[in-house]
Amino acid sequence: MKKMKLVMIGNGMAGVRTLEELLKIAPDLYEITVFGAEPHPNYNRILLSPVLAGEQTFPQIVLNPPAWYADNGITLHLGKAVTRIDRVKRVVHAADGTQAPYDRLLIATGSTPFMLPVPGNDLEGVIGYRDIADTEAMIDAATKYRHAVVIGGGLLGLEAANGLMLRGMKVTVVHIAPWLMERQLDDVAGGLLRKSLVDRGLDFLIGAQTEALLPDEATGRVRAVRFKDGTEVPADLVVMAAGIRPNTALAESAGLLAQRGLVVTDTLQTVTDARIYAVGECAAHRGVAYGLVAPLFEQAKVCATHLAEFGIGRYLGSQVSTKLKVTGIDLFSAGDFMGGEGCDAIVLSDPQSGVYKKLVIKDDKLVGACLYGDTVDGSWYFKLLREGRSVSDIRDRLMWGESSLGDAGHQGQNKAAAMADADEVCGCNGVSKGSICKAIKDKGLFTLDDVRKHTKASASCGSCTGLVEQIIMATAGGDYSAAPKKKAMCGCTDHSHGDVREAIRKLHILTIADVQRALSWRTPDGCSSCRPALNYYLISTWPKEARDDPQSRYINERSHANIQKDGTYSVIPRMWGGETTASELRRIADVVDKYQIPTVKVTGGQRIDLLGVKKEDLHDVWRDIGMPSGHAYAKALRTVKTCVGSEWCRFGTQDSTQMGKDLERALWRMYAPHKVKLAVSGCPRNCAESGIKDVGIIGVDSGWELYVGGNGGIKTEAGQFFCKVRTAEEVMGVSGAFLQLYREEGWYLERTVHWIARVGLDTIKQRVLDDLDNRKALWERLQFALDGEPDPWFESDKASVDKRQFIPLIPA
Amino acid sequence: MNDWKKICRVDDIPVLGARRVRRAAGADVAVFRTADDRVFALLDRCPHKGGPLSQGIVFGEHVACPLHNWAISLVDGEARAPDIGCATRFAVRVDAGVVSLLAHELATVATQDSPGEAEALAAARKVIAIASA
Repeated sequence: MKKMKLVMIGNGMAGVRTLEELLKIAPDLYEITVFGAEPHPNYNRILLSPVLAGEQTFPQIVLNPPAWYADNGITLHLGKAVTRIDRVKRVVHAADGTQAPYDRLLIATGSTPFMLPVPGNDLEGVIGYRDIADTEAMIDAATKYRHAVVIGGGLLGLEAANGLMLRGMKVTVVHIAPWLMERQLDDVAGGLLRKSLVDRGLDFLIGAQTEALLPDEATGRVRAVRFKDGTEVPADLVVMAAGIRPNTALAESAGLLAQRGLVVTDTLQTVTDARIYAVGECAAHRGVAYGLVAPLFEQAKVCATHLAEFGIGRYLGSQVSTKLKVTGIDLFSAGDFMGGEGCDAIVLSDPQSGVYKKLVIKDDKLVGACLYGDTVDGSWYFKLLREGRSVSDIRDRLMWGESSLGDAGHQGQNKAAAMADADEVCGCNGVSKGSICKAIKDKGLFTLDDVRKHTKASASCGSCTGLVEQIIMATAGGDYSAAPKKKAMCGCTDHSHGDVREAIRKLHILTIADVQRALSWRTPDGCSSCRPALNYYLISTWPKEARDDPQSRYINERSHANIQKDGTYSVIPRMWGGETTASELRRIADVVDKYQIPTVKVTGGQRIDLLGVKKEDLHDVWRDIGMPSGHAYAKALRTVKTCVGSEWCRFGTQDSTQMGKDLERALWRMYAPHKVKLAVSGCPRNCAESGIKDVGIIGVDSGWELYVGGNGGIKTEAGQFFCKVRTAEEVMGVSGAFLQLYREEGWYLERTVHWIARVGLDTIKQRVLDDLDNRKALWERLQFALDGEPDPWFESDKASVDKRQFIPLIPA
Repeated sequence: MNDWKKICRVDDIPVLGARRVRRAAGADVAVFRTADDRVFALLDRCPHKGGPLSQGIVFGEHVACPLHNWAISLVDGEARAPDIGCATRFAVRVDAGVVSLLAHELATVATQDSPGEAEALAAARKVIAIASA
């Protein structure tokens, strides 16, 4: 079959990204022709400021060299502006007479700078700030002239002013609004920004209204800027940065509807002509024309799937945030950062050290943030803002950011710019700042997901996410924006974990295949990420009905031991409450000798780990030890750590060991979204470290205190006080009900701390503590689920353990 | 040359699962079974860090390595982008529900139990670095 013809007008970032996405999924569908008015291939427009500032060069910011177009069979017309679209004959005409017929047309013409309508705006030396030609003109002017005026103290204007200043010019910024970047900053942050730019040598005329640009009579070049009040400032170069306008003239002349941009649907098709698509700054989606890279790339992805005739995905708009690319200045803003009627603002202001943070809260939700000087928590605030969850329970800690407590793995760094290339950013995967920068540059990465995929940085525990985002912004000019509100479970589906849990419950689904059918999974049998989640959701929602599928479990839960780096396994038998006996220890010692187990180690959970067991020995090891499975390999109850307690300890107020043993016997074999650890201490000295457990219990003279959501892992999280009860029975009932709610509603691989952060501790308290009937019902459902659950080490048939896995095949 | 060696029945391999085939020398060979009962064989070593692929989750025509979740194609052994590496393949024959592998491949292919390609590369680089230091 003959290929269809796709023509793209405009050769910028949004358009070319669309082609890249399209080529990924349907490489052979179209014969592609691209018209670019500029004589250059696609380059990273966001990095024009660093080029101007002399921090990067043009070749460094080229994203797709001409060879890329050739390799992908794309006909590239550079330096040819399209002048007419014939929608009847479906042909585009360029200024030089080149014609190209199309079946589908993609308009990605971007935007043009708004030139202030004042006399003299067409003089020589008056330019906008939009492309590499403008940048080169500015660099050239800086070598010959002294005085520059930048009109507009917004993002672009300040970046231009900073660059010109670094190139040796005396720069005045003219700004009509009462403070700088008034659309992104409040007055205080705007003032701090102005102060630090003045310190660097910029001059400002705030509130000045430009009346005319005056020519030098001899040369015809601009000489000065005159204001309404009659004053003048000298200017050999005037940069207009007072805003941009979507570039829609060509499309409008072809009869396409434009209102603040070409009006497009959620599938990025123009409302006038379904054969014509528009993406990027020239497109208006639901009345908004986006100018930041993340929303544009989101559009590109959606547009590509429709061009590829997959017909999936819709663009639903993006929330955006801002970041200034002036080296050494950190600012971040998002949402309604001004506040006002009905809003509260939490403010931290330290002008001496140049730090200002303002968080705007309305109806217990974070609705805006404006950060100056310390932006490492920007992404966290942005996440809270997008999720729109109640922050009432963390209000007192909100200002201190997500990492205010014990972040491990990157030496407490919070300013990526201050780090050396060799410094480790991601402690999990050992990724240095230098290798992240290199990957971003070499592979043209823009988003956090890109960087995670290619470098693994921030892909494991995520505690370095803020740093990685700072590096992306500094290196590629990406931004925090976009990220759809609902995160898809994995690449197999657009549904979120929440959607899937709800569907399984509502539709009473019992098998993975049925979930995938009901929710139109894109893959025939899922992937290694969604299958374990689905399996857990089924068995936790419909215990005794849904059947466990071992092939959808991670190897540890399939072999009931923990795989090690060399392919051997570790075996950890259960020791109730951390107590053991001489005969247990003797059996363990005998097993270590008999199976020549290389390493024996005491764990942090008060039991004994046998490391380096061969898979074929697992069954025999379990049998010979004769102790229950410790589930040390599973997303399930691990240990209940205890201190000695009142039975021996001279300080003990409660029998913590007995309480721990009782809890462990009641809760073992309990699968959960993630591992679950408990601890019981007999007095507030807290020797069992109850403060960093999913459920931590501390005995006091008058009863027991319960803490939840603690975590001693990646990010040390202190448990939050949940309640105080008098009796051991209540400890049991509350702990069980809390964990059952987590089992029913937590998302797979979400620890209790993150589940609590997502739904809010108040909600959980209400349902477990205040609603006694519900607490009882939760406890009963937990009992029902655990009743008769097998020990996989000894009841392997009942636990559906495939025993064939332990026996290697021998060729006949 | 017809030197197919019987290994097991297709039914001896779990659907969306794998078994390990022990050899006289060299690392095990993993035989995989897809949802539609096709059978593939790869050296039981991930090209990344030598993880036992037989212990991974099988989905579509891929297996996810249990150590670091690289997705390895059962068809050609290639790691899914952006990861780069290739697991050694073995020819498979399924005849009347019986799975066979080639005796000469079992006897000769990758019989020296070596670390993963990536590790070997890293080791080689280290040697070069030391040599040039």
